[in-house]
Amino acid sequence: MTLPVFLTNVFYGLALAMNMFVIASGLNLIFGVLRVINFAHGMFYMFGAYFMFTVTKSWGAPFIVGVLAAGAGLAAIALVIERFLLRRLYGKEHLMQLLFTFAIVLLMSDAAKMIWGTDQYSVGYPPSLRGAVQLGPTIVPQYLVFLCAAGPMIAVAMWLAVDRTRWGRIVRAATQDREMLAALGVNVPMVYAMVFTIGSALAGIGGALAAPRIALAPGMDATIINECFIIVIIGGLGHLWGSFLGALAFGFVVQFGTILVPNWQDVLPYLLMLSVLLIRPWGLLGRPELSR
Amino acid sequence: MPSRNLGIAAIVIVLALALLPLSGSRYALDLSTQVLIYCLFALSLNVLIGYIGNVSFGHAAYFAIGGYSCVILLTTYQWPLMLALPAAIVVSGLAAAAIGYFCVRLTEIYFAMLTLAFAMLVWGVAFKWKDVTGGDDGFTGVLMPKLLEDHANFFWFTLVSVSVGVALLWMICHSAFGLTLVAIRENAVRAGFVGVDTRKMRWAAFTVAGTFAGLAGALFGMYNRGMYIENAFWTESAQVLIMVLLGGIHSFIGPLIGAAVLYLLQIVTNQYTPYWPTVLGTILLIVVLVLPDGLTGLAKRFRIFSGS
Amino acid sequence: MTGMLTIAGLWKSFDGFVATRDVHLTLNQGETHAVIGPNGAGKTTFFNLITGHIRPDRGSVNFEGTELTGRPPEKIVRMGIARSFQRINIYPRLSVFENVQVALIAHKRQHWNLFTPGRSLHREDTADLLRLVGLSGEAIEVAGELSYGKQKQLELAIALAAQPRLLLLDEPTAGMSPHETADAIALIRDIVKARGLTLLFTEHDMSVVFGIAERISVLHHGEIIASGTPEAVRDDPEVRRVYLGEHAHE
Repeated sequence: MTLPVFLTNVFYGLALAMNMFVIASGLNLIFGVLRVINFAHGMFYMFGAYFMFTVTKSWGAPFIVGVLAAGAGLAAIALVIERFLLRRLYGKEHLMQLLFTFAIVLLMSDAAKMIWGTDQYSVGYPPSLRGAVQLGPTIVPQYLVFLCAAGPMIAVAMWLAVDRTRWGRIVRAATQDREMLAALGVNVPMVYAMVFTIGSALAGIGGALAAPRIALAPGMDATIINECFIIVIIGGLGHLWGSFLGALAFGFVVQFGTILVPNWQDVLPYLLMLSVLLIRPWGLLGRPELSR
Repeated sequence: MPSRNLGIAAIVIVLALALLPLSGSRYALDLSTQVLIYCLFALSLNVLIGYIGNVSFGHAAYFAIGGYSCVILLTTYQWPLMLALPAAIVVSGLAAAAIGYFCVRLTEIYFAMLTLAFAMLVWGVAFKWKDVTGGDDGFTGVLMPKLLEDHANFFWFTLVSVSVGVALLWMICHSAFGLTLVAIRENAVRAGFVGVDTRKMRWAAFTVAGTFAGLAGALFGMYNRGMYIENAFWTESAQVLIMVLLGGIHSFIGPLIGAAVLYLLQIVTNQYTPYWPTVLGTILLIVVLVLPDGLTGLAKRFRIFSGS
Repeated sequence: MTGMLTIAGLWKSFDGFVATRDVHLTLNQGETHAVIGPNGAGKTTFFNLITGHIRPDRGSVNFEGTELTGRPPEKIVRMGIARSFQRINIYPRLSVFENVQVALIAHKRQHWNLFTPGRSLHREDTADLLRLVGLSGEAIEVAGELSYGKQKQLELAIALAAQPRLLLLDEPTAGMSPHETADAIALIRDIVKARGLTLLFTEHDMSVVFGIAERISVLHHGEIIASGTPEAVRDDPEVRRVYLGEHAHE
């Protein structure tokens, strides 16, 4: 592998990783605070991508409007789901919460078929980001440079929000002890609703950002949810920077797997996850569960 | 004793089912064969959910491993059924033991995610290992033993296999082992302090569940004359989980009822509308929000063991 | 002479907070020994260290010549050490009978038996244990629905099912009425005497402690500040200052 080829692959891996991080970080945030594995997260991602298609292709609106519409649209959907249904299941067994989110997957998958049918769509790079950039000895699409920048920006923004603000302190406290928080007068249901909304909006934004580089078709939700699970398991459930690391590992393994062991790149992430779990059962940055 | 009545009821049901081929309806036969297979599959999963209280979200993996092993051994290697079926069961049991070794280190939601991830690994292998599994074209053209090509014969064969499987699971769930599993579900710390190695017990239960799922999968592969990667996909794991939940996790026979009801409902729904997912999603919402004890929970307040 | 249980230099800290500080204690065969100390003195941590629930940072726990540190609870209980918990620790949705039955199955190493119906095993021994702790009438009730005092008795039966030689009881009368306390203590004393058990217990009720303990150790901030006969401990100036002094503040 020559140096330019190597660098190109590093870059493509990085772009994939950053796109995945945006999506996985939402799943991870929801898990960290609500302790709910949201199976519908992949479906939210798919809806985000479809929103991007409708807004930019059907209505001809600019790319940025598509991103915002995807984020806002999923936030609205998530808020309705949280307020009217999911709320009733906090404190119930995990199995019930898990299956609830699966019911959402089933309902939304049929809704998507009714709205968009089963055709395959493509969105294409936005006009403003259609060019190429010379990076050292290699040339890469502008859009991917944009993705590489967007990922760390969202990561830092989330880190600042969670680590440096009063709201973030409340969210972190909610992951520790929700009863204590309620006793201190914090509106815990409101915190939960916000976290679920923001986490879901990230899935929508992630889907909108992914739309230009992938084909849009039914079933894309199922693939992405598994990849997100791999990323958060590798990084450690509920850990922001863990997901960042997990996304990076995932991106590079898939990208180089495609080159080095073609056909098997889809299996490699699972092997990566296995090797991590062998050494650290709770993920790279995860902490052991407290024994009860 | 209630278990004696249950035993008599079970024998009556099996004998009644054995007469089904006399009806001459091939449709009824095929449908019953599939329902029986799913009953065993759901029951095997409930060893984990109902007895040790660990929710596996990747149980389709062992179903698929059993199915693929069986049809591959029958067809590619032309093994006789007498060898291929036991080998398929052993392979799924070993796979469950290997995967379970890692999964039982975690509990609750972490356990669920890990089982899911391993199941997707199995799916990925089935997808990519085209030479052996047929990839996304599926593994088709299964060489069946002459005797079992007849639908009535295959129905009887399934009936016997599933009955033996259910009987063995009944015995295991009600044994000293099964009672201890329930104790672990109720209070793992206490179980440790009376001398139970809880992790090893959970590992064993995981292996048992995977082994019987493998038997169900092997029967399915033969019935279906093939295996497809969809059979290993996580939606398949979710479907069997819904069967268990619909029937009721706190009762031995709950998953059998749930499997039969859900499967028949799917057949009926598909005759009227392509939107089965919507129907299933709605059922699931109702169960989760209103009926957490499932259908058997409606019938009676849960009580696994009625004491002395 | 060496005792049945010899604890030497036991340390445990959590995030910098030292819960157990250089604890030394020797327990002789057949002795009834109380560990007392104000809330937060580290009594429960001390028990958890002995029974393998948590691992000490350093130090040793030696039971009849065998080192216990680093062994999991299920191994330790098999060596003849059983315990009860301060907070109720039973199988709440099983019947009272099954709670004890499971303990007997585990003790006899039958929990790997896949063939024999669990409910048919050790019925007589279970009934005997329930009779011993006075729960014969409640055998078929759901354990979680028993009164608090009766759940404590059930805990005792579960612990005794392991046929221990050393019994550790963490606050056996916590949450009981004075009347229940008197009954429970009489019961424990009878069982310990009849079975020749060595008993190590923590207790907040001083009338109980001075009523049945042959020796008392006082734990304060994770450290044993006095150890000896009830009379010696009662007269110990350090104990009077630290222990009683703290109580005067409450």
